[in-house]
Amino acid sequence: MTQSRDIAAGRCEAIALAKAFGDLHSPLTDQQAFNEASRCFYCHDAPCLEACPTSIDIPGFIRRIATGNATGAGRTILDSNIMGATCARVCPVEELCEEVCVRNTGDHKPVTIAQLQRHATDALFEAGMQPYTREAETDKKIAVVGAGPAGLACAHRLARYGHEVTVFEAKPKAGGLNEYGLAAYKMPDNIAQREVDFILSVGGINLETGKALGDELTLDQLRNDYDAVFLGLGLGAVNALGLEGEEVDAIKDAVDYISDLRQADDLMSVAVGRRVIVIGGGNTAIDAAVQAKRLGADEVTLVYRRGPEQMGATGFEQDLAQTNGVVIRHWAKPVAIKGENGSAVEMTFEATQLDGKGRLEGTGATFTLAADQVFKAIGQAFDAAPLQGGAAPEVSGGRIVIDETRRTSLGNVYAGGDCVAGQDLTVSAVEDGKVAAKAMHLELTKGTS
Amino acid sequence: MADLSTEVGGIKSPNPFWLASAPPTDKEYNVVRAFKAGWGGVVWKTLGEAGPPVVNVSSRYGAVHIGEQRIFGLNNIELITDRPLEVNLREIKKVKKDWPDRAMVVSLMVPCEEEAWIKILKEVEDTECDGIELNFGCPHGMSERGMGAAVGQVPEYVEMVTRWCKTHTNMPVLVKLTPNVTSILGPAGAAKAGGGDGVSLINTVNSITSIDLDLMAPTPTVDGKGSHGGYCGPAVKPMALHMCAEIARNAGTAGLPMSAIGGISNWRDAAEFIALGAGTTQVCTAVMHYGFKIVEDMIDGLSDWMDQKGYEKISDFQGLAVPNITDWQNLNMNYEIVAEIEQAKCVKCGLCHIVCEDTSHQAISAERIDGERKYSVIDDECVGCNLCMHVCPENCITMRKVDNGKDYMNWTQDPRNPFSTAAE
Ligand SMILES: Cc1cc2nc3c(=O)[nH]c(=O)nc-3n(C[C@H](O)[C@H](O)[C@H](O)COP(=O)(O)OP(=O)(O)OC[C@H]3O[C@@H](n4cnc5c(N)ncnc54)[C@H](O)[C@@H]3O)c2cc1C
Ligand SMILES: Cc1cc2nc3c(=O)[nH]c(=O)nc-3n(C[C@H](O)[C@H](O)[C@H](O)COP(=O)(O)O)c2cc1C
Ligand code: SF4
Ligand code: SF4
Ligand code: SF4
Repeated sequence: MTQSRDIAAGRCEAIALAKAFGDLHSPLTDQQAFNEASRCFYCHDAPCLEACPTSIDIPGFIRRIATGNATGAGRTILDSNIMGATCARVCPVEELCEEVCVRNTGDHKPVTIAQLQRHATDALFEAGMQPYTREAETDKKIAVVGAGPAGLACAHRLARYGHEVTVFEAKPKAGGLNEYGLAAYKMPDNIAQREVDFILSVGGINLETGKALGDELTLDQLRNDYDAVFLGLGLGAVNALGLEGEEVDAIKDAVDYISDLRQADDLMSVAVGRRVIVIGGGNTAIDAAVQAKRLGADEVTLVYRRGPEQMGATGFEQDLAQTNGVVIRHWAKPVAIKGENGSAVEMTFEATQLDGKGRLEGTGATFTLAADQVFKAIGQAFDAAPLQGGAAPEVSGGRIVIDETRRTSLGNVYAGGDCVAGQDLTVSAVEDGKVAAKAMHLELTKGTS
Repeated sequence: MADLSTEVGGIKSPNPFWLASAPPTDKEYNVVRAFKAGWGGVVWKTLGEAGPPVVNVSSRYGAVHIGEQRIFGLNNIELITDRPLEVNLREIKKVKKDWPDRAMVVSLMVPCEEEAWIKILKEVEDTECDGIELNFGCPHGMSERGMGAAVGQVPEYVEMVTRWCKTHTNMPVLVKLTPNVTSILGPAGAAKAGGGDGVSLINTVNSITSIDLDLMAPTPTVDGKGSHGGYCGPAVKPMALHMCAEIARNAGTAGLPMSAIGGISNWRDAAEFIALGAGTTQVCTAVMHYGFKIVEDMIDGLSDWMDQKGYEKISDFQGLAVPNITDWQNLNMNYEIVAEIEQAKCVKCGLCHIVCEDTSHQAISAERIDGERKYSVIDDECVGCNLCMHVCPENCITMRKVDNGKDYMNWTQDPRNPFSTAAE
């Protein structure tokens, strides 16, 4: 027997919804920023700087905040990380800069670097400053595929060197997961597009949206028409549960749901189930669960096949889920789905444990949960299809292979971000784009000057 | 509990904590609140002669803030009391009557004419206060009228006015000194020569706290303009200690009773001045920062510390530091210390390394051991300057004495000194 699906939009009042999707951390006031900046020791050989994938001069920018030079602080940040504004909002800092801040030792509380970073980048944006100019134009043309953090960071740096950059983006908007993926309450006030506009405003970057590599564009063609190519394709595919009945309409990929939510003009129009199950243990799973809860779902259960320590989501994210009323059930994996289009589904889970060799195994014990909506968030994968049909860079372990300069096996093709191996974070993608741009520039200007 | 009662220039006080002559002591209302809080005495806000009005401007204080800590230094362009003389005198009399055990000192500033002093002395005597303090220190406004610092900077005037006061009244006379002089010994000696019962020091230091970069004018800014003012608060304490020490250790002024003032914010500050010989201490900025209640900690803090040290009364430690203040040439050249880092407490901020490396003696190495930062002192390079110790935000550097087996030898005895008296 199947129940009909209880899925509806507008489960919360508009005001409550606006609050639920407002800023997760309210911005620091000038006074709070000053007080917090005063806590920084201005370390020599600062551990925080080393822990930042983009090596932002953290003591340098924090000192600038303390001296009332917030715009200089913003510039210091952007010099190393052009997406400093987004990173300030989404970086898992408790595992990066803030984890190693020396103030954890004596004070048991790091300097809140991310909040200060936000304060500084906000100040720069508010002042309407354009800190960057382009060097004299070169005759080099570079194609960047994908307008996510990796692609845009690369394009910006290349444009500053004076090269002419064309960015091809499959989606209608630039920004990649900044625009389509990151949790709405981390990215309010259209910060993603404001940042994109800021990046493009340096000049020399042509953005071509709605143009996908693999459709009318081929890599061969790009390599032919441009002096170099950067691939910032992100992860185009999602992992499936591999269970029968997975295709029913109550079950959806979490990334698609989040993308719809991020693109909705009015959150009141976003439908959410009364009972929601999220399967997975990473950021995406947490984001889907918390946003479903904030949209007004009654019950949200996140089911993960391992324990809290193995979760990809940080401790902060796990806490966020729990304080938002998400029930997390560890050590269980889905084994069967019952339901049809238009109906609620019943999912059966089997409890799991580690065997003697540390491998996951089912215990045989099962339980069943009914849900009006199920979100799959068990990982994304790189989709190599757009590279096919000509000379393609080497792919290994499911990601494009690169050297330390971010160059692929094809001479003039570079790659970075989620489509290469490494941490799948916004900040790492920005670093890849930046490093690749420097390498491309060196390569293209070799012998000149 | 130790006996905190004390005395300066014949003025008795139940504890050494007075409020300095300033806004906190401007009227009955404030002073009564101060006495209720536990202050041992007050120097009433400076009175001037009846007649020529004293009018203050709007926008009066400037301040230097350090980090989150507000008011490291305070600057003001206020004048002496702007309330009518007879009102002040009436209130002083009443408060003294209601609080007989507290020290009530009245600060005075009138023009440099004997008649003016005679007149006000008689009026003040009627209040039955415990003594007077001659304000020769105010560095702004009143000095332009030939009073305050304009008098205090000229030892002859100091001596003359002090003598007038000693001649025309039996009240104990404290002479408040301005720090805006090249040597404090001149005016201090003059106060002594004039018969003063003691000195109060320091008054405020000539200062401009900051320039408003939008207005292009000093702060506090009065309609686009500013003037220099008087600086006080924790920032001036080192200058005040130095001046008290000079008075205490120089033969001409040694033993002159002192009521110490300047940046005193807690019991420890006060104890330092008493160790230099002060009989009482006076506070202004700290109460203007936190209110009168801070005296509670001053009282029990000083008392507990005295108990721990075995001092039963103030005079037990008063002046104990004076013999240890000497000239540089008497310091032991053979005394050697080196920095020592308590590694377990070190948080690896690297500041000790970078300051020694960039600005001192390259005596702290920076290493990575298995990726972990390690900062260590290179004993042979360390000259024992203390810089790293002062910089370390976690307080984990101490200076260790090196036992070099060498005897005391000062610079006058040092063979490296071309004028040394030591036998070759
Ligand atoms: C739900 C979710 C939450 C996340 N939360 C966080 C977080 O809180 N903090 C954090 O640091 N990271 C987070 N991440 C990870 C982060 O978003 C990514 O690591 C980062 O966006 C990677 O940047 P990228 O440029 O490599 O790829 P993307 O941001 O994915 O951008 C790739 C771009 O390329 C375009 N593209 C793809 N294929 C083609 C093609 N064939 N032709 C043209 N264009 C193409 C895409 O449309 C996209 O715009 C999250 C990810 C998800 C999915
Ligand atoms: C606003 C203000 C007004 C003052 N007015 C007087 C005054 O009228 N007479 C006087 O002798 N000293 C005056 N002073 C100086 C104080 O009595 C005291 O000497 C000085 O502030 C140093 O002490 P502190 O560091 O505790 O503030 C004034 C100080 C301030 C801040
Ligand atoms: S580690 Fe902490 S205290 Fe040191 S520079 Fe970085 S933020 Fe400042
Ligand atoms: S005491 Fe001075 S010389 Fe010695 S290590 Fe410290 S800073 Fe360097
Ligand atoms: S200053 Fe102090 S805490 Fe910082 S590295 Fe040196 S010893 Fe360690």
